Amino acid sequence: MEKNSAPLLEMRNIKKDFFGNQVLTDINLTLREGEVLGLVGENGAGKSTLMKILFGMDVIRETGGYEGDILLNGEKVKFSTPFDALEAGIGMVHQEFSLIPGFTATENILLNREPTKTNVISQIFGSRLSTLDRKGMDRRAQDAIEKMGVKIDPHMVIGDMPVGHKQFTEIARELSKEQLKLLILDEPTAVLTEQEAEALLNSIRSMASRGISVIFITHRLHEILAVCDKVVIMRDGYVVKESPAKEIDVPEITHWMVGREVDAVAAPAEPRSHEGAKNILSVRNLWVDMPGETVRNVNLDVKEGEILGIGGLAGQGKLGIPNGIMGLYEAGGTVEFGGKSLPLNTPRACLDASLAFVSEDRRGVGLLLDESLEWNVAFSAMQIHNKFLKNIGGIIKWRDERAIHKVTEQYIEELMIKCTSSRQKARELSGGNQQKICLAKAFALQPKFLFVSEPTRGIDVGAKALVLEALRKFNRENGVTIVVISSELEELRQTCDRIAIVSGGEIAGILPATRAAEEFGMLMVSKVK
Amino acid sequence: MEHSATIDTRRSTFQVLIRRFGLPRLIIAGFLLLLFIMAPFVGANLTVQILNVINRFSWNAVLVLALVPMIHSGCGLNFGVPLGIVAGLLGGTLSIELGFEGVPSFIMAIVLATPFALLLGTGYGALLNKIKGGEMMITTYVGLSAISFMCMMWLLLPYSSPTMVYGLSGSGLRPTISVEGFYDQVLAGFLEIPVTADQSIPTGTLLFFALLAFLMWAFLHTKTGTAMTAVGSNPSFARASGINVDRMRLLSVIMSTWLAAIGILVYQQGFGFIQLYTAPNNLTLPTVAAILIGGASINKASIPNVIIGTILFQGIVTMTPTVLNSMIHMDMSEVIRIIVSNGMILYALTRKTEGLR
Repeated sequence: MEKNSAPLLEMRNIKKDFFGNQVLTDINLTLREGEVLGLVGENGAGKSTLMKILFGMDVIRETGGYEGDILLNGEKVKFSTPFDALEAGIGMVHQEFSLIPGFTATENILLNREPTKTNVISQIFGSRLSTLDRKGMDRRAQDAIEKMGVKIDPHMVIGDMPVGHKQFTEIARELSKEQLKLLILDEPTAVLTEQEAEALLNSIRSMASRGISVIFITHRLHEILAVCDKVVIMRDGYVVKESPAKEIDVPEITHWMVGREVDAVAAPAEPRSHEGAKNILSVRNLWVDMPGETVRNVNLDVKEGEILGIGGLAGQGKLGIPNGIMGLYEAGGTVEFGGKSLPLNTPRACLDASLAFVSEDRRGVGLLLDESLEWNVAFSAMQIHNKFLKNIGGIIKWRDERAIHKVTEQYIEELMIKCTSSRQKARELSGGNQQKICLAKAFALQPKFLFVSEPTRGIDVGAKALVLEALRKFNRENGVTIVVISSELEELRQTCDRIAIVSGGEIAGILPATRAAEEFGMLMVSKVK
Repeated sequence: MEHSATIDTRRSTFQVLIRRFGLPRLIIAGFLLLLFIMAPFVGANLTVQILNVINRFSWNAVLVLALVPMIHSGCGLNFGVPLGIVAGLLGGTLSIELGFEGVPSFIMAIVLATPFALLLGTGYGALLNKIKGGEMMITTYVGLSAISFMCMMWLLLPYSSPTMVYGLSGSGLRPTISVEGFYDQVLAGFLEIPVTADQSIPTGTLLFFALLAFLMWAFLHTKTGTAMTAVGSNPSFARASGINVDRMRLLSVIMSTWLAAIGILVYQQGFGFIQLYTAPNNLTLPTVAAILIGGASINKASIPNVIIGTILFQGIVTMTPTVLNSMIHMDMSEVIRIIVSNGMILYALTRKTEGLR
């Protein structure tokens, strides 16, 4: 495969920042013709951003473009739209399907690129009215499907297909483009079954043997080793390791993925052992139907007074756990809280039992964006515990504006929330301050048990530290058991006593927070389906 | 330098004013003011005109108030107001049919309308809970079909009071029924302040509206009212806070329907007639337009919105015919009314994204 000519793709010193937040730093990549490159890294490591740059996605240009050069066959290129990238022979298959459900595979594969026959009308009115060359279409679609080396029915309607076939149809669409030289596959196996994934790997090999280069992004590390020539590992916007696939193994990859330089890590905050404490929450055989975060079979015991972290890769189901227990998504199984059985699918019952939840979907679920901070902080406590209400004549529960104002002011001060007044609308606050309002809302409920989902997602470093500190303090001073769900392992290691890792919709293992990052990394990918 | 600075501050205060008061409201208020200024020049009696506006306000205000609960719970603008009106019409006609007269006839009309309003409101609310997101489209059709259905029923129901049925056949209700001797002016007559020979300030009606408006304001300050507003503001948030979203919405729809029933009875006692068949249709758009002119949005409305909106809208409706007719000798009132009400609704719908939930 080694050739002396210029590599197919070369990326030199790629840099990208989103509003001053550096997400890619000095990325160098080379890819030769017919080579398969595996790109791995934790969520937020910068893989997707790098691919978006390569594919000329609008979001890159809108956020100020990138620095560095992309060379295709030795020539410098700069794509301003995905169409330019397509033109140059780059194809991309995204995680989400972009297919028309009512069309057949053939029609989807060749959409807008159908071979046509001229007819009388099209000769007069132009080529847009040409007749489709059905036979030609079938032939080209069949060719593309054969290139993958799998069997799918080209005449089947997409809506009737299993997920795996949809994925293959997407890939076939890219392959049917004659100019295709480089194919980017962004987690193509995430939705596939074992056999389908195997078939996909075979088709990647067959594409490579035809001279098409592939960039393959996945969380399933053994797939990388099975199919790739070269592995590139990214972390925090840097390429931390580049190695031929033959010379690396799964533990080493996970080490590079999650391991950080020791001096860059704040020491974990004195993790405590709650060995003797009783279980405050016991979860048995929990399943949750949360789209994209399916929980399959979770068994988990939470000790009273601890901070338990739940980590894992995106899409493995860690977010499904709190959302399911708190009744926001359909769930089944048994949950016991403080020895009593907790009914599922009823948010009210959980809140009544003194559980509280800070949702990862801040703007969608966590806040009343168009109402004052006072309402946001006090509302749940008012509705659940009849706090901040004045009783008039024993029947009418009147809103106690003064008490609401007081409690909001108190939390604004305690959590250092930046706002013009407690009557400001929640929409007008920055992400970090919105998150603090969400915490204040949960604190105001004075729960015995608190779920906090992705507490630091999308907020700046300063706010991050404050939010985590507030959680620690709430746990230490009020004795509240807290479960923190986060994609950032480091943050969990700094905050929690124990960390459970979710993989493939199950708990892959629970370790004390002091264990090495690699151990957690191994658990993260252990059951990935 | 100083000079330009003052201009700057002046401009910014003006912009703040526009933003707080709303450009369409300013335009309409300005137009109304212009009409009032022009009135004396075209020979209209200003006192009479102002009294007209006050009276029409008193007839319509409760109907406009009826929109508030559904806006708060996120069901949007209640284009299905005719459903509540139908309940009110049933109450009014039944009260007359049963032979009540004077003040008791009005009380009985409310009492008799209530079960219909609760029943229809419950069904209507259950329907709206099934089609979240498409409320306003459905409410429109609910309103229209309620009217069409009742067009048949008014003919078929076995009413027999001679004041209401067709004289020759002895069955089927007439399109317009006078409430004189029944509840004509029962509210307006209370503590009435006579101003001119045949016009007065309808103190009683205004007080009745004030009472209902106060109750609404009070309700919105209770625990349940707060929950209702939260449901309208962000249903997911409310659900996560343990609120039964569907039940709140149902409650708001029932309240809205009942208030519309009361609203039409108040309207009739002022106007002097019960209007059946397609008449309720003529109230839908003006009611919705009024609250929008008052500054309400699709999921936010307050009592001041109701009051200001009704005054502005009814002001335009009463003043334009008088002033414009004497100016151009052509009846433009209907045209203006339609342009203002439909234009206002259109404007509000385009603003929908601004108050995004």
